[in-house]
Amino acid sequence: MNKAVQGPEVIAPPRWLTPVGWAALLAFPAAQITGFLISAPDRAMGNLQKIMYVHVPSAWVAMVGFFVVFVASVRYLWSRDLKHDRLAAATAEVSVLFTGLTLALGSIWGRPTWGIWWTWDPRLTSTAIMLLIYVAYLALRSFTEDEERRARWSAAVGILGFLNVPIVYFSVKWWRTLHQVQTVDVTGAIGSAYAISLLINSIAFMILFAWLVGLRTQLAGLERQREAWLEEQALSRSDAHV
Amino acid sequence: MNAEIQRVGAIVWKDLTAERRTKANFNSVVFLAGMILLLFGFAIGPGGEIIDAISGGVLWLTVLFSGVLSFNRSYEQELENGALEMLLLYPGDRRAIFVGKLLANLFFVLLVEVVMVPLAALLYDLPLWAHIGPLALVLVLGTIGFVTLGTFYAAMASRLRAREVMLPLLLFPMLVPLLVGAVQATGGILHGDLMGSTASWLKLLVVFDVIFFVAALLAFEHIIED
Repeated sequence: MNKAVQGPEVIAPPRWLTPVGWAALLAFPAAQITGFLISAPDRAMGNLQKIMYVHVPSAWVAMVGFFVVFVASVRYLWSRDLKHDRLAAATAEVSVLFTGLTLALGSIWGRPTWGIWWTWDPRLTSTAIMLLIYVAYLALRSFTEDEERRARWSAAVGILGFLNVPIVYFSVKWWRTLHQVQTVDVTGAIGSAYAISLLINSIAFMILFAWLVGLRTQLAGLERQREAWLEEQALSRSDAHV
Repeated sequence: MNAEIQRVGAIVWKDLTAERRTKANFNSVVFLAGMILLLFGFAIGPGGEIIDAISGGVLWLTVLFSGVLSFNRSYEQELENGALEMLLLYPGDRRAIFVGKLLANLFFVLLVEVVMVPLAALLYDLPLWAHIGPLALVLVLGTIGFVTLGTFYAAMASRLRAREVMLPLLLFPMLVPLLVGAVQATGGILHGDLMGSTASWLKLLVVFDVIFFVAALLAFEHIIED
C-alpha cells in the first residue's frame, strides 16, 4: 500500500474570480484616494466624516449579503443542490465580517461626533441584532456535522433570520420614537462630491465583497472534495486490510 | 383536515401526559422563574419606583429565561429509544408534529405564567387584578410568538451536542421585536398608556406571531426529516 497517493482532481475556480480579485485590489485604494482628494473635509467633522465612505458601503454590502443568504437558502431547499448551501454559508461569513466592520467604524465615528461609543439608534441597534442572528447561523453550521443536515438547518435559519430584518428594524424604530430621542441622519444632506465618493466606495466594496464570497465558496467546494477524498482513502485502506 | 387535527391532538396529549406524570420539568421551571424574579429584586434594590418603571421588562425577561428551558426537553424525550424516528414513520403530515409540540409547549409556558405572574405582582406590588384582561391578552400574544420560535429552533438545537448554548443563541436575537412589543404593551397596561401606543404594540405582536408561525410551519418539514 505504499504507492504514491493521487490527490483528487481539483475543481477549477470560476473564471471571473481572479480578474475580480485584481479589480478589488485596484478599486479599493482608488476609492480611498478619491474619497480624500475630491471631497473637501467636512466643515463640522473634518476628515472624520470620511469614515462614512467605508462605514455606509460596508453596511450596504452586508445587507445585500444577507439577502443573498436568503435567496441561496430558498434555492437550496428548493433544489437540494449543495452549491447553493456553499454560497449561502460563504456569503453569511463575509456579511458577518462586514457587519462587524460597520459597527466598529460606526463606533469610531460616533465617539468624537456624539461623545459616545454606542447609542440605541434604530439602524445601529438593528445592525447589532442582525450580527447576532447571523453569528448564530454560523455557530449552528459549525456544530452540525452531517453535511446535508447542516445545509437544510442553516437554510431554515437563514430564511427566518432574513424575514426578521424589517420587523426588527421597525420595532426598534417605534421603540425609539416613543422615547423621543433624536437620531442623527447621516445620509441626509450630503453634497455631490460626497455622493460621488460614496458611490465609488460602494462599487469598490461590492467588488471586494463579490471576490471574497467567490473565494470562500471555492474554498468550501475544495474542503468538501478533500473530505470526500479522505473518506475514500480510508475506505480503500480498510478494504485492503480485510 | 379532521385527521390532521386528531394527529395534532395526539401529540399534544402525549407530550402533556409525559409532563403530567413526572412534573419534574414544570416544578423546576416554576421554581427558576420565582428565583429569577427574586434575583431581579435584589439586583435592582428595594426602591419601589424603579421596580415599578421596569416591571414589564423584568416580567418578560423572566418568561424568556425560564421558558427557554422547556423547549429542548420537548424533543429530548423523543431522542431516546428512537422515539423521534417512530414519530416520523407515522403516516400523515409532519407539520402535525410541529403544531402538536407547539401547543403542548404553549400550554406548559402559559401554565408557568399562571403561577409566575401573580408571584411577580405580589413581589413587586403590581396592579394585576385591575388589568387582568388586557394583561392576559399581552401574555398570550407574546407567549405564542416565543413558543413558536422556541419549538422551531429547539427541533435543531436539541439534536446538537451544544444544545444548552445553541438554543438561546438562535432564539433570543430573533425575539427582540417580540420583547420590545410585549414589554411596551405590558408597561402601557400596568402604568397607564400615555401615548396611546399599546394597541400598536399588540398589532406588532400579532404580526410577529402570524409571520413566524407560517414561516416555521413551512420550514419545519425541512429540519425534521433525517
